Amino acid sequence: MSARRVYLDHNATTPLHPAVIAAMQEAMPLFGNPSSLHGFGREARDLVETARSRCAALINAPVEDVVFVGSGSEANNTVLNLFPCQAHRCTGNCPGRNRIITTRIEHPCILETAQCLAKRGQEVCYVEVDREGRIRLEHLRELLDERTALVSIMAANNEIGTIQDLPTIIAMVHAVGAYFHTDAVQAVGKIPVDVAALGVDFLSFSAHKAYGPKGIGGLYVRKGVHFCPFILGGHQERGRRAGTENTLGIIGMGQALDCRRQEMVAEAERLGALRHHLRESVLARIPDVSVNGDQEHCLPGTLNITCAGCEGEALLLYLDLDGIAVSTGSACSSGSLDPSHVLLACGLQAEQAHGSLRISMGRDTTADDIDYLIERLVVIVDKVRSMSTAY
Amino acid sequence: MNWAYSDIVRDHFANPRNVLGKDEDFQADGDGMAGNITCGDQMRMLIQVDEGAGTIRDCRWQTYGCASAIASTSMLSEVVKGLTLDEAFAISPKDIATRLGGLPDNKVHCSVLGDKALRAAINDYYERHGLTDKVRREQSRLVCQCMNVTDHDIEDAVLEGARSYQQLQEHTKLGTVCGQCQDEATTVMEAAIAKHFGGGCPGGG
Repeated sequence: MSARRVYLDHNATTPLHPAVIAAMQEAMPLFGNPSSLHGFGREARDLVETARSRCAALINAPVEDVVFVGSGSEANNTVLNLFPCQAHRCTGNCPGRNRIITTRIEHPCILETAQCLAKRGQEVCYVEVDREGRIRLEHLRELLDERTALVSIMAANNEIGTIQDLPTIIAMVHAVGAYFHTDAVQAVGKIPVDVAALGVDFLSFSAHKAYGPKGIGGLYVRKGVHFCPFILGGHQERGRRAGTENTLGIIGMGQALDCRRQEMVAEAERLGALRHHLRESVLARIPDVSVNGDQEHCLPGTLNITCAGCEGEALLLYLDLDGIAVSTGSACSSGSLDPSHVLLACGLQAEQAHGSLRISMGRDTTADDIDYLIERLVVIVDKVRSMSTAY
Repeated sequence: MNWAYSDIVRDHFANPRNVLGKDEDFQADGDGMAGNITCGDQMRMLIQVDEGAGTIRDCRWQTYGCASAIASTSMLSEVVKGLTLDEAFAISPKDIATRLGGLPDNKVHCSVLGDKALRAAINDYYERHGLTDKVRREQSRLVCQCMNVTDHDIEDAVLEGARSYQQLQEHTKLGTVCGQCQDEATTVMEAAIAKHFGGGCPGGG
C-alpha cells in the first residue's frame, strides 16, 4: 500500500483541528456535572456555556437558542418528530396541518424519519429537484398550502455539494404559515450560515463535519417556535434535551466552530480554486467524464464526477491502494444494492450513479494533493476502462 | 494497514489475471455475458477449448464491476484453465471465495457473476459446435405461484442479504398473497444460505 496518504473525504468526516485536540485534552480532567451547583459543576457549566456562545456566534443565533444534541442525525430526528404530535401535547403548533414537505436528496436520517411519520399518518410530500440537485421552486409552490406544517430541505448536499436558495424557499414556506427546517450539517463551517438573516425556524449542525469530535451536534430552535423534546427525562438544555451533557464533546465542538468562524472564508476561496483546478484538469485529461451537481451554487471543496464505463467502488479501492481516500455513489460500496439516491433523484441513470466519485477537500488539502489525485486518477480510470465491458 | 479484503483478494484486484486486452485478438470458442450495467455489475467471459481433451485451454474476461467482482473473476480465470468443461461448469462462487481467503458476506453477490458468465461461455461453445444437447440452462422452479417468484429469485435474495422468511418477503414479495409457499420458500432459502454462506470452507471462510 502507498506510503503517501491523501484524505479527500471531508464530507464523510474531518480530522480534529489541532486547537480542538488541545482544548479537549485540557478539558479532559474536568469531570463535574454541569447541572451540579458546586464548584466542580460550575467549572463544567462555564465551559459548556462558552462553547454554546461560540456555536451560536458562527450561525449568528441568540446563544440561548442553541441546543446541544448527540449528532446531526438526532437534531434532524428531533425536528421531524415535533410534527406528528400536534394533536397531543404540542397543540397550538400547527393545528389542522399534517403535511410535511421534504426532498429525495436528504440524508437518510431525514428520509427514514419521514417514511416513519408517513406510516404514523402524516402526509409526506417530496419536492422535486432539477438535474443539478436544486429545488424546483415551482413544484414547491404547488405543494405548499395551508395544510403544510413543516418543510425540511437541506442547506447543502453531502454528495454533490449543491447549495439551495434558502432565502427564496423560506419566504415561500413562511408565506403559507408553515415552519422551515434545514439540515445544515454540510453547510455550517463550510459556508456562511446566518439563522437571523435567513429567518429559519430550525437548523441542524454537527461537529465532526467541521473538525470537531464525533457524537455531538447542535440544533438551533428559533425563539417563540413551539418545541418539545425528543429525548425525555431531564431538565438539561433548558428542558429541550434530556441527558447529562457531553461536556468534552461540547467543548470540542465550541472550539471547532470558533476556528471555523476564523478560517472558513479564506479557506473557502482556496478550496474553490483547488476544486476548479481539479475539475478542469480531470475534464481535460480524462475523456467521457461528467460533472454532477450545480457548478455555480456548490460547496467550495466538493466535486462529484462520473467516469463513464467505470464502476465506482473499483475506482475508490484502486485510489485507496495509492493512499487516496474518496467516496462513491456506487451500490457496491453502500451496503445496499441501490446506487446513490441523491444522483437518482437528480435524474441520472443508475450506471451514472454506480460510476460516481465524490472528492471532498478540507483545510489540510494542498494543491500537491490534488495534483497527486489527478495523476493517479488518469492512470486508474484508464486501467478500469481497459477491462470494462461498458467502455 | 488492514484492507477491506484479504491479501489474496487485494493481489488479484491490483493485478487482475487474464483480462482481455483492448487490442488483443483472442480467438474465443465460447463467449458468455452475465449481469447488466444498470444493476452495477456486468461480466463477460471468453474461453478457448482444447477440442481433443475437452478442456479449457485459455480464457479472458472483462467486467464492469467492483473489487470483489474483479478479484473473484481473476481467480476464476486462473482456476478454470485445464479443467474439463463439466468441471468448469460445476465451479461454485463459494469455491472461488474460499481460494480468495473469504469475502465479506455483503460482497458474495458481487462474486457470482464470473461463474455465471463462464457457464454462459461454455453453453455458447456447445451451441457453436452443434452440441445443443449439452447446453445446460439453469432451470428455475416456481415457488410462489401468486407473485411468480422462483427458486433463483430466492437465491438472489439470499445473496442480497435475506436471512429470514420476513426478509425474503421484503426482497421478493413472495408469500404475500395466499401464503401457502412459506415452508417450501424457507427450505429453498436455507439451502441457498448453506450453499453461499454455510460452513465447510476448508482453509478459508
